[in-house]
Amino acid sequence: MLTGTKKGCDHGLCGACTVSIDGERALSCLTLAASIDGSDVLTIEGIATGDELHPLQTAFVECDGFQCGFCTSGQISSAHAMLAEHARGDLSAATFDGSRDDVVHGCSRLTDPEIRERMAGNICRCGAYANIVDAIRSAAGEESA
Amino acid sequence: MKTFDHRHATSVDDAIEAVSAPGAAFLAGGTNLLDLMKGGVAAPTALVDLRRLDRTSISVLPGGGVFVEAGATNSAMANHELIRTRYPLLSQAILSGATTQLRNMATAGGNLLQRTRCPYFMETSFAACNKRDPGSGCGALHGFNREHALFGVSDACVAVHPSDMAVALSALNTVVHVQGPNGQRVIPLDRFFALPGDTPSVDNTLAPAELILGIELPPSDFADHSWYLKVRDRHSYAFALVSVAVGLQLEGGIISSVALALGGVSAMPWRLAAAESALVGLPAVRRSFDIAARLATEGARPLSQNGYKVDLIRHSVVAALTSAAIDRSVEDTAPDDTATDDSGTKEKP
Repeated sequence: MLTGTKKGCDHGLCGACTVSIDGERALSCLTLAASIDGSDVLTIEGIATGDELHPLQTAFVECDGFQCGFCTSGQISSAHAMLAEHARGDLSAATFDGSRDDVVHGCSRLTDPEIRERMAGNICRCGAYANIVDAIRSAAGEESA
Repeated sequence: MKTFDHRHATSVDDAIEAVSAPGAAFLAGGTNLLDLMKGGVAAPTALVDLRRLDRTSISVLPGGGVFVEAGATNSAMANHELIRTRYPLLSQAILSGATTQLRNMATAGGNLLQRTRCPYFMETSFAACNKRDPGSGCGALHGFNREHALFGVSDACVAVHPSDMAVALSALNTVVHVQGPNGQRVIPLDRFFALPGDTPSVDNTLAPAELILGIELPPSDFADHSWYLKVRDRHSYAFALVSVAVGLQLEGGIISSVALALGGVSAMPWRLAAAESALVGLPAVRRSFDIAARLATEGARPLSQNGYKVDLIRHSVVAALTSAAIDRSVEDTAPDDTATDDSGTKEKP
């Protein structure tokens, strides 16, 4: 039984149920299992390697990126996919504040505005956002923007 | 619990035949339909799943346009090389909507078919909603209507269409390709949506069992100068109170061609034809943008709580035109302390 993925709002508003389907983050609460039969699904349970935490998980612990913890599996699952999206040059709405070149090729720097915009789909009712951004920036190996 | 059938369509013809059965509906990304089913707003008895049709390609058309198959996700579209280089307005509009998780699921076709987020429609404990239950009345007309429409409204319905993507598609003069039991046809985007009139339960001009095959983007002159401005109650992940899609073509600082469309103000993307006509031939400066802003609100019919949108439209049109006029080919266009000036080339909203 995999209990890590959390049902929060059940309407696609909060992101607590985020998993990756065939490598892309998605909301499990709005996905029919019958529809994705045969797909690979990555939940929070698959992000660590055995007992060794993923660097994102370590960063959330070290930066205190949560309070009650209910949104955390969704936050980390989402951030895990987000870092891969950024690395391959995917855009966010924040990227348009930069140059045309950023829009065409992707913005190599993962600034705090980029992290916040890209993580907008994960709500934290405890308001741990500042530490969540710290954790993601730390895991991404970026200096504070 | 309500039960329903689910099966994967094996071909376009199979999908159209299956959805012709009473109570059947297409399922694409599911981000809107499954939510409406949970809330009791939609109650299909069978879902015809389009996922395995694998209609997800984005490709160049003869003549220089681009064709987006209807199953392409919002994320795939916004990030595709052809879209971000030739139609950055569309990328920006898509990325202004929802969140990455939702954009990874939502499809091009489904985006056009999403229903309004009017609370009287979404919440079945409100008895009156002509869109959900024809003849029951409109709760918003004299109720909570600060988010509602100013243009093309009727006494039967004042809901807005929620899509950002569609506003950019309107400005880009796109065409929707569909197939139904009687074959294929094309529908210009500006004739795709239906204003409420006295039949607000009808959102668009699709015939029964018609399936969206894809969206055709004609060649665009706006790649160098476009902007999608979205004004909302919070910085990200909220529907537009007002949005503006702008495409400009500039020749020596003079506007040679322009497209302007508003979101969040009507049941369809609202093209500003009079403002567009007035701008052609004018310099891309603030005083020209002010002319467009005044024309933009002609015909607006505010409700009791959304009169603020009239001013918001005017300011947003100016801000969006100003942003579109900026030359973004230079490396650093980050906002500085430059005040608004008549050159119209530095200001950012």
